[in-house]
Amino acid sequence: MAISKKEVEHVALLARLSLSEDEKEKFAKQLSQILEHAGKIAEFDTKDIKPTSHVLPIKNVFRKDEEKPSLSKEDVLLNAPAKEEGMFRIPKII
Amino acid sequence: MLHKLTAHELHKKLMNKEVSAVELCKNVFERIGVVEEKVKAYLSLTEEPALSMANEVDEKIKAGNDISHLSGIPTAIKDNMCTKGVKTTCASKILENFIPSYSSTAVKRLFNEDIVMLGKTNMDEFAMGSSTENSAFWITSNPWNLKTVPGGSSGGSAAAVAADEAVFALGSDTGGSIRQPASLCGVVGMKPTYGLVPRYGLIAFASSLDQIGPITKDVTDCALILNAICGKDLMDSTSLDTEIPDYTRALTADIKGLKIGVPKEFMGEGIDAKVKKLVNDALKIFEKMGAVIEEVSLPHVDAALSAYYLIAPAEASSNLARFDGVRYGHRTKQKVENMVDMYSKTRAEGFGDEVKRRIMLGTYALSAGYYEAYYNQAQKVRTLIVDDFNRVFEKYDVLVSPTSPTVAFKVGEKFENPLKMYMSDICTIPANLAGIPGISIPCGLADGLPVGLQIMGKTLDEMTVLRTAYAFEQEFGFKEKPAL
Repeated sequence: MAISKKEVEHVALLARLSLSEDEKEKFAKQLSQILEHAGKIAEFDTKDIKPTSHVLPIKNVFRKDEEKPSLSKEDVLLNAPAKEEGMFRIPKII
Repeated sequence: MLHKLTAHELHKKLMNKEVSAVELCKNVFERIGVVEEKVKAYLSLTEEPALSMANEVDEKIKAGNDISHLSGIPTAIKDNMCTKGVKTTCASKILENFIPSYSSTAVKRLFNEDIVMLGKTNMDEFAMGSSTENSAFWITSNPWNLKTVPGGSSGGSAAAVAADEAVFALGSDTGGSIRQPASLCGVVGMKPTYGLVPRYGLIAFASSLDQIGPITKDVTDCALILNAICGKDLMDSTSLDTEIPDYTRALTADIKGLKIGVPKEFMGEGIDAKVKKLVNDALKIFEKMGAVIEEVSLPHVDAALSAYYLIAPAEASSNLARFDGVRYGHRTKQKVENMVDMYSKTRAEGFGDEVKRRIMLGTYALSAGYYEAYYNQAQKVRTLIVDDFNRVFEKYDVLVSPTSPTVAFKVGEKFENPLKMYMSDICTIPANLAGIPGISIPCGLADGLPVGLQIMGKTLDEMTVLRTAYAFEQEFGFKEKPAL
């Protein structure tokens, strides 16, 4: 299955990755190769087969909604690339 | 020569007061000083805190307190496990300056045993790769031949142990990232059953596949480390609530009557003839020790690579969405128009090519119109593979195969061809898809480079996997060391 440069642009937008023209060409070629190989899974008969998202019988886990100590504000903001007055600072959005 | 010894050998010396933990720590740092320039296994070294941890262990010994089997043992940690106050980069520019405010559960459990952490090891960026060449910082060399790769993604951890720059290390394994580098570097590496070691604080790649495990110099050390890191953690809802046995009880060297299956799909065309020969020699040793060997078939396992390279990138594309330049990590310095522009430029600058490829692959497989044909179909194929394993494990105790189709390949050899690189994992990926345990142990040298033997077991049957591995190790006695 070949994937076009235009499809790469669409996927890159969904994935929030800005790509150069060269990168778009390169990734279109490489992703096509990989998808051609991965496409082999279509050859298997999976009628009536349930998908496995997880090998364990996982159930949702609940806990009591109780107050308890968490990370301090300083710790939470420790790695923020931009902060102000105890908050994360982001570019203007409105 | 202390750095050459295993954890269980060093524990005896510490208990007998033949050596102090500080002496041991200094000795390993001296070794690092000599060989690290060539190997480049570490992304960061933490000598000062290491010496103070060692000193605390010595104080405990002096005071006559009990110490654990791992107390004072110099340890390396893969750089995708959070270590409080110590930079954790995932070998990515996007986390170049990230300092976690908490430690991962596995690391915390080792700290509770008083291990001495030496530093954080190199890896493929976000654990995506099979050669450690995808590190954003530098490549690590295989100690056996510096022109070859150490495997990946836990290449730094495996190289550090092989070069005696650490007594043992932690790695993580999503599609073979512990076992394949262990194989290429001639050391022991184990991926436990999915969910046995909590993933809290392990920077997520593919959550339904990721598993932490030990890289060690022998099987005994592997069992000791499992004893320390396995077991339920409330911070990871996928960690298993199961009784943890004493894994050292598996080290009996008795495999009389053990039923070993050899999947023919793992011994086919894609496997190098020299690798196959050493695996066949190993099977003869098992037979001599009283095991019963039979060929088996896992008919759907040929689809494992394809299914994996849809499932793992799909999960990765979701997990890596958190790197947005807001709460932590790199943010672009370029002028931005809006938030989407900020995210897109930040991520383009912060991620390397392989990570971008997998994010896009996963996004594509999950996107409208392709979900059914790719992601959902891959999950159904995963079911077929799980069923294959369940069927053979009704009759056999363990499965034996090569760990890697080849010995260590040359730096650069597969770097430009992602698909060729992905083939490095054909023997290891199936165990991740099925969630079962697998170990790689050295079974000889081909052209002077190590070959690894993979032993896979039933879900939560680490005991039988370790027993089989230990029996082989005792009988075979791999004593070679790289000449560095």
